[in-house]
Amino acid sequence: MTRRSFKLVRIARAGGHASILVFFITFLAFPFYWMLMTTFKTTIDLHDVSKNPFLFNEPPTLEHLVVLFQDTQYLQWLINTGVVGIAVVLITLVLAVPAGYALARMAGPWAQTLGIAIFLTYLVPPTILFIPFARIIATLGLQDSLWSLVLVYPSFTVPFCTWLLMGFFKAIPRDLEDAAMIDGLSRFGAFVKVVMPISLAGVLTAVIFAFTLVTQEFVYGVTFITSASSYTVSVGVPTFLVRGDVYFWGSMMGACLIASVPIAVIYDLFVDRFVAGFTVGAVK
Amino acid sequence: MTTATANAVTAKAGWRTRLADNERLLWPLMLAPAILYIVLLVGFPFLLSLFYSVSDVTVGSRSMNFVGLENFHRVVASNTFWIALKNTLIFTIVSQFFVLVFANILAMALSADFRGKWLVRLLILLPWVAPISLGAIGWLWIYDSIYSVINWTGQALRILGPNDWPIWLGQPNLAMASIIVVQIWRIVPLATVILLAGLTSIPQDIHDAAAVDGAGFWRRTLQITFPLLLPITLVAVLFGIVFTFTDMIVVFLLTRGGPYDQTQVLATWAFFTGIQGGDLAGGAAVSLFLFPVLVAVAIVFLLLARRSEVT
Repeated sequence: MTRRSFKLVRIARAGGHASILVFFITFLAFPFYWMLMTTFKTTIDLHDVSKNPFLFNEPPTLEHLVVLFQDTQYLQWLINTGVVGIAVVLITLVLAVPAGYALARMAGPWAQTLGIAIFLTYLVPPTILFIPFARIIATLGLQDSLWSLVLVYPSFTVPFCTWLLMGFFKAIPRDLEDAAMIDGLSRFGAFVKVVMPISLAGVLTAVIFAFTLVTQEFVYGVTFITSASSYTVSVGVPTFLVRGDVYFWGSMMGACLIASVPIAVIYDLFVDRFVAGFTVGAVK
Repeated sequence: MTTATANAVTAKAGWRTRLADNERLLWPLMLAPAILYIVLLVGFPFLLSLFYSVSDVTVGSRSMNFVGLENFHRVVASNTFWIALKNTLIFTIVSQFFVLVFANILAMALSADFRGKWLVRLLILLPWVAPISLGAIGWLWIYDSIYSVINWTGQALRILGPNDWPIWLGQPNLAMASIIVVQIWRIVPLATVILLAGLTSIPQDIHDAAAVDGAGFWRRTLQITFPLLLPITLVAVLFGIVFTFTDMIVVFLLTRGGPYDQTQVLATWAFFTGIQGGDLAGGAAVSLFLFPVLVAVAIVFLLLARRSEVT
């Protein structure tokens, strides 16, 4: 091949690469771009089918965001999500950190099996468990209370975080603990004083994961909670703002965007670690 | 007296140290709380669900009687069940087929180095990392019967005639296609990052050696990359299947199973029967039809894990 045709092949390849990326970015990110446009367009502009919807035919407005924060309980939903998230994270850490460490250090083949068994319970979906839970929550008198979510959400955060932390603890060399124990620490003391401080990255990953899972959950929320003031964001926006025949698209899209983007950015920073958890031993 | 106290203190301290040093006691103690929680909040409700499915329990009633397989007979006799079962299978198989194709292409495109990769990755991951119930609401607006941006664009580009105005969520076949698109949209990012992890784990040496031996791009892709990626592809597909087969959020928010149950899936139907209809027994029976797929996926998953342990 001549030099020139090499160059052409390279340009064609780069063009192909770019068009693949453009196609997928358009498909995957478009709804979020559309939320952004809709949030700042006036209602008249949104409802004018004759004009190009990709342009601001009237000057951008903050009207929808004002409505969202003043006339709906959106702020309350954000607070509820934070409260439930923090409570669930705490419960998850208390249960999953010791369990993950024990699984990482236990001898014998059944430790691995037990770890996988715990992980598999993460795959049991809410759509199988929500019917018995509806009655359990009612019996406990927790219906319509945020505590129902605090109680139930660890049922999926604990299995995954235990698994995730097990992987982290396994990567920490045993020698460190042995040395600490020779220096007079107990087995448990070595875990608390030597292993924990160097595992903060792993613990932080578990925190982020548990928190984002809480913000994403919908099925239990819509099953247990019926009054608007106790919703979390992911349940409140779709159920309460959509009720009735009038759709406040501007406010709804703003609500979706404000809640999605921070969660997405934080999750994105840690996504490789979650993937490492998802892929078990299939990747080395 | 003082010696007795001192002895007691040392005995107590001794008991603590012994516990803190005894791995055979320590490990089970550290594991027990997590396992107990999982048993109480996953195992127990699951058994309860089995129990409900053979009873006549409803939301309001206090009594509960054993009715044998009556609920299952009732479910299987209903027309909606067969529609929901068929839709669940279509929803899962079609969406996961496209996810697999798209995720492979996208993962390969992302495995190359280029400027601004972090931004591209963030944009591409959005559908998976943002709460799906909010993403689905975004789609509800995109599919709107009056203001759909797809229709406007279609007409502007002359793909749609001036009088064509598809109602994406209102016509049975279109509605099914629309919810499948949203599910593809949601799962592609997850499958892509999983495959990407696999791609980066293949040592560059292998590709280099093959290139030296004269293998071109397609040959390397088909004969080296794909076989090496097989286990991790399987993992991506398994998660996709679990998250799609048992999902109710997309259908629930976009079509509520309509028009006329034409997009109903098992998970939404279980919700409408058991929670909104108050027929807990019927709902439990419906939702248990999701279980066989989970068992199958769990088995494949275990086999994979065992394989990776042996090698």
